[in-house]
Amino acid sequence: MNARITLAVAGRVLTQVRRDHRTLAMLLVVPCVLISLLWWMFDDLPGGMFDRFGPALLAMFPFIVMFLVTSVTTLRERSSGTLERLLTMPMGKLDFLLGYALAFGLLAAVQAALAVGVSVGLLGLDVNGPVWLLGLVAVVDAVLGTALGLLVSAFATTEFQAVQFMPAFVLPQILLCGLFVPRDAMPGVLEAISNVLPLSYAVDAMQELVGRADQVEVWRSVAVVAGFALAALALGAATLRRRTP
Amino acid sequence: MMKNVVEVRDLVVVRGSREVLPGISLDVPAGVTGLLGPSGCGKTTLMRCLVGAQQVRSGTVEVLGEPAGSAPLRTRIGYVTQAASVYDDLTVAENLRFFARVLGVEPAQADEAIASVDLASHRDQVVARLSGGQRSRVSLAVALLGKPDLLVLDEPTVGLDPVLRRDLWELFHRIADAGAAVLVSSHVMDEAERCHRLLLMREGRIIADGSPDEIRERTGATDIEQAFLHLVETQPSGEGDAA
Repeated sequence: MNARITLAVAGRVLTQVRRDHRTLAMLLVVPCVLISLLWWMFDDLPGGMFDRFGPALLAMFPFIVMFLVTSVTTLRERSSGTLERLLTMPMGKLDFLLGYALAFGLLAAVQAALAVGVSVGLLGLDVNGPVWLLGLVAVVDAVLGTALGLLVSAFATTEFQAVQFMPAFVLPQILLCGLFVPRDAMPGVLEAISNVLPLSYAVDAMQELVGRADQVEVWRSVAVVAGFALAALALGAATLRRRTP
Repeated sequence: MMKNVVEVRDLVVVRGSREVLPGISLDVPAGVTGLLGPSGCGKTTLMRCLVGAQQVRSGTVEVLGEPAGSAPLRTRIGYVTQAASVYDDLTVAENLRFFARVLGVEPAQADEAIASVDLASHRDQVVARLSGGQRSRVSLAVALLGKPDLLVLDEPTVGLDPVLRRDLWELFHRIADAGAAVLVSSHVMDEAERCHRLLLMREGRIIADGSPDEIRERTGATDIEQAFLHLVETQPSGEGDAA
């Protein structure tokens, strides 16, 4: 591991994103628009629906967006030959992965700051825990999306395939994360599956912050998400080979 | 002259069900060496072996006295793949600065490399907007960073106009004169005359090895293309490992 190289990768990824104005705008604006839409939709309904769905949405954005962006960008690195070139240089696999995680983690932090700012400041989302912890959960969540995106990019040969991994890997997690049906009310099998999906814990952490705000519970969920992210990064590292057939 | 820069012995590479290199042996000394042969004869696979990107079944590949692919070699070899391995959405200068940071060489070298492939006037242009020839020169510039002791160039002059091709060959010779070894592959036989030494390759084997003059003399041919045809016709396949 080498800090200079990791930072070089992160800097390069951020420069690429900065150059792509449309992607950057979508990364930052779309979550704010969607969360506002959600608020507006529930505005006239009784029952504090926004407080129930809002936090889950805040957990999903960074995960989904970073999953997509990373799987496509790393697939590009694999198919354009830049990855092969980097791996013939003094580039550690971990430097490469952490560089990406760092760049997208930073982007996620900005994205979360905006989305949380809009939710809490403008739309009146009630947060009982510290607001910064909401941001932290979002960043860990983004790193998880990045790590999974890196991992699945190894199994796609075209960008078209890479995008298809979104419904395959992400939608089941959204369905089973406890947003539509509380996890303990699901059929036993589904609850068990839900218990081993990382997004469930990210949503738990967000909902806990808005609800009872028991910080121990929040940190426990964050730790689980971080554990999944680390495991996915380790598996992703295994798919980066200096020597290929 | 010093020990060979590259020494390959009995190298076997299998890709899928095909034996691409069925036990090849060769040396690359300092100077400009041309690796010539038709498309699909295993040139790229051989080059990938030298830079440590190819899984090999058996045999040894030694580069600069170290096993190919070992960590100390990673700053000492410049490698240009056939497709330009650079970032399309970055400018020429951003690409070079990034790779310079990865290699740990000072940023000034990035500008030098850009100048030596004659792209100084395009340095702030995004690579995607450059022509094919310009993009492959950006890729070449990256390989020049850190002043490598061995340059491995996979068809770097394909699709370039004659003036540029001449300029690039002059650049390869300047680099070789400064002490590095340059291995250039091509499927265009008329580039042979520009090399100090040639390795003619066919179906994963070296069928001739020597200076352009030596090869012409040995085969009685007037040019390398004729010499290649002569060798193919007189040597039964499978006994081609001429020294």
